[in-house]
Amino acid sequence: MKNFFRTLFLISLLIGFQYNSNAAEKVEYLKTDWSFKGLFGKFDRAALQRGYQVYTEVCSSCHSMKYLSYRNLAEEGGPEFSEEQAKAIAASFEVKDGPNADGDMFTRPGKLSDKFVMPYENKKAAQAANGGAYPPDMSVLVKARGGGVDYIYSLLQGYEDPPVGVTLDDGVYYNKYMYGNKIKMANQLSDGLVEYSDGTNATVEQMSKDVTTFLMWAAEPHLESRHQMGFKAIVYLIILTILVYFSMKKIWSRIETEV
Amino acid sequence: MSDHEYTPKSKFGKWFNDRLPLLTLANHLTDYPTPKNLNYWWTFGGILTFCLITQIVTGLVLAMHYIAHADMAFDSVEHIMRDVNYGWLIRYIHANGASMFFLAVYIHIFRSLFYGSYKAPREIIWIIGIIIYLLMMAAAFMGYVLPWGQMSFWGATVITNLFSAIPLVGEGIVTWLWGGYSVDNPTLTRFFTLHYLIPFLILGLVVLHIWALHVPGNNNPVGIDIKKPSKDTVPFHPYIVIKDGFALLMFMIVFAFFVFYTPNILGHADNYIEADPLVTPAHIVPEWYLLPFYAILRSVPDKLLGVVAMLSAIFILAALPWLDTSKIRSAVFRPLYRQFYWILVADVLILGYVGAMPAEGLYLLVARIATAYYFLHFLVILPVLGFKERTLPLPLSITEPVLGGSPNLAAAKKKSEFK
Repeated sequence: MKNFFRTLFLISLLIGFQYNSNAAEKVEYLKTDWSFKGLFGKFDRAALQRGYQVYTEVCSSCHSMKYLSYRNLAEEGGPEFSEEQAKAIAASFEVKDGPNADGDMFTRPGKLSDKFVMPYENKKAAQAANGGAYPPDMSVLVKARGGGVDYIYSLLQGYEDPPVGVTLDDGVYYNKYMYGNKIKMANQLSDGLVEYSDGTNATVEQMSKDVTTFLMWAAEPHLESRHQMGFKAIVYLIILTILVYFSMKKIWSRIETEV
Repeated sequence: MSDHEYTPKSKFGKWFNDRLPLLTLANHLTDYPTPKNLNYWWTFGGILTFCLITQIVTGLVLAMHYIAHADMAFDSVEHIMRDVNYGWLIRYIHANGASMFFLAVYIHIFRSLFYGSYKAPREIIWIIGIIIYLLMMAAAFMGYVLPWGQMSFWGATVITNLFSAIPLVGEGIVTWLWGGYSVDNPTLTRFFTLHYLIPFLILGLVVLHIWALHVPGNNNPVGIDIKKPSKDTVPFHPYIVIKDGFALLMFMIVFAFFVFYTPNILGHADNYIEADPLVTPAHIVPEWYLLPFYAILRSVPDKLLGVVAMLSAIFILAALPWLDTSKIRSAVFRPLYRQFYWILVADVLILGYVGAMPAEGLYLLVARIATAYYFLHFLVILPVLGFKERTLPLPLSITEPVLGGSPNLAAAKKKSEFK
């Protein structure tokens, strides 16, 4: 068995090395402590609630989040607004519904079961309003970008004046972390842009972290239960493996061969 | 497989067994004499069966919620991830299960290469295995298309376009495959159908694979023929069952770690962007398990020849029992082959690495050298080695390697290390 594991270890080391050297070429992203990383990683509720605030007040004027419903805001493992709060949030949006009995479309206040209201009717309208660039839907944005949360977090703080020799077209901005450094979204965050209801100081760094946490939850709403179940499953498997190992030893001891 | 005659104890059992000998089959499977020196590299057959069943079961559940339509596929996957009870778990098991399946099959194949399990009288087992492997690649590729993300769409476009390399009829075949003039809804629905079908074909072939295995019985690390049953063998149950079970549990721990803690690390981020025929991703790369063949494809400057090279790289494996001219099975007794074996392992890993890199400059050069070496190994080195190599003396039985008439005690010691 020793031989088996030695070979397995060497091969995985080799593959791991390839994987790392692959990652080494990427830009160094800004680092921060994410509460949802690690074996027991959980979301910071307050950060999720603040992040939702940043999303609604800033991002949502251009970016949709079509896979989320208002009910998600009150669900376990998310921002966990109370049901009343979530209902109030939903009701603050006008939702197009219909057709009614007369065949007409009408608007009504949002309900928990409604999807997040989209800022634009369709993709073309979104492009027309943003100089031809489509602000991507944010539901799974974190998972759709190579660097994940670190990338989004860095990007939000990565706006700089272009270096000498780089000329930018109208409506194009320079961002240190953007692929190719040219981005069509202007810098959105500035200190004190939103007023957090819990009194947290709304620095650019704080808002970036909060909204990125919120986006992570939006992309992986079951992350907490995944981590919890994963820990239990792996502990269970390890205990079972140990039991089976000793059973195996016992059974094989009937014949004189080492397992 | 001349098992001793089996008669069920109960009267009903006997009545039933006379009409359908299921009990005889069950008895054959439990008693099946297995070499007792099988090491842990031999546990991957059982692990692979587990992988196949896992993929089929999770796949069935996913198919209940998935919608195979270009406008709805991506949405339905997100619906599974968010609103279906434990949908995220089922999908992550299925997606990572594909990678685990390939991890296990590569270990299984390379075990066979090391111990010469493909040699007479096991050629048919080996060829069925290669067909299973081919079908696995087809199933995995089509499965990756189903979420209808950017990599799904563009991967499908690149791979189906390979058929256009066929002279004269190529373009027509591609249109026929697509069911239109580009990868679109008809392509998605037929890929879904085939993706659903192939696992059951694999299941059937697995039965044949095991059936063919049970005729000559397992090869073993020493690679010599053994008498069955004898003191060199143990009954499959409980000895091998518990050992396979132990190995499977360890495998499941690794599997669970991927599913619960890094479920997306083996996928490509671009596949979380919905398919857009107007936007081509910067790098189109297949899943990791297809990368070596992708590297071979790209290392040939001509499209048609590239496709031929890629397909040959797979089909050449089917000819392996005849390309390897050595009568000795196990690499334990083949000092030179052993070294070439590890060079081949490194070569395939290098091919996988350059397959993930852009095909330019140094990467392309390395890919070309590695491709050339891959074919050199099978077409030149193996046939020649069989005649030139001075193999170590074989023991007479696996229980007494030292007393088995081997004059070379050092070599005998070495082989017992390989348990």
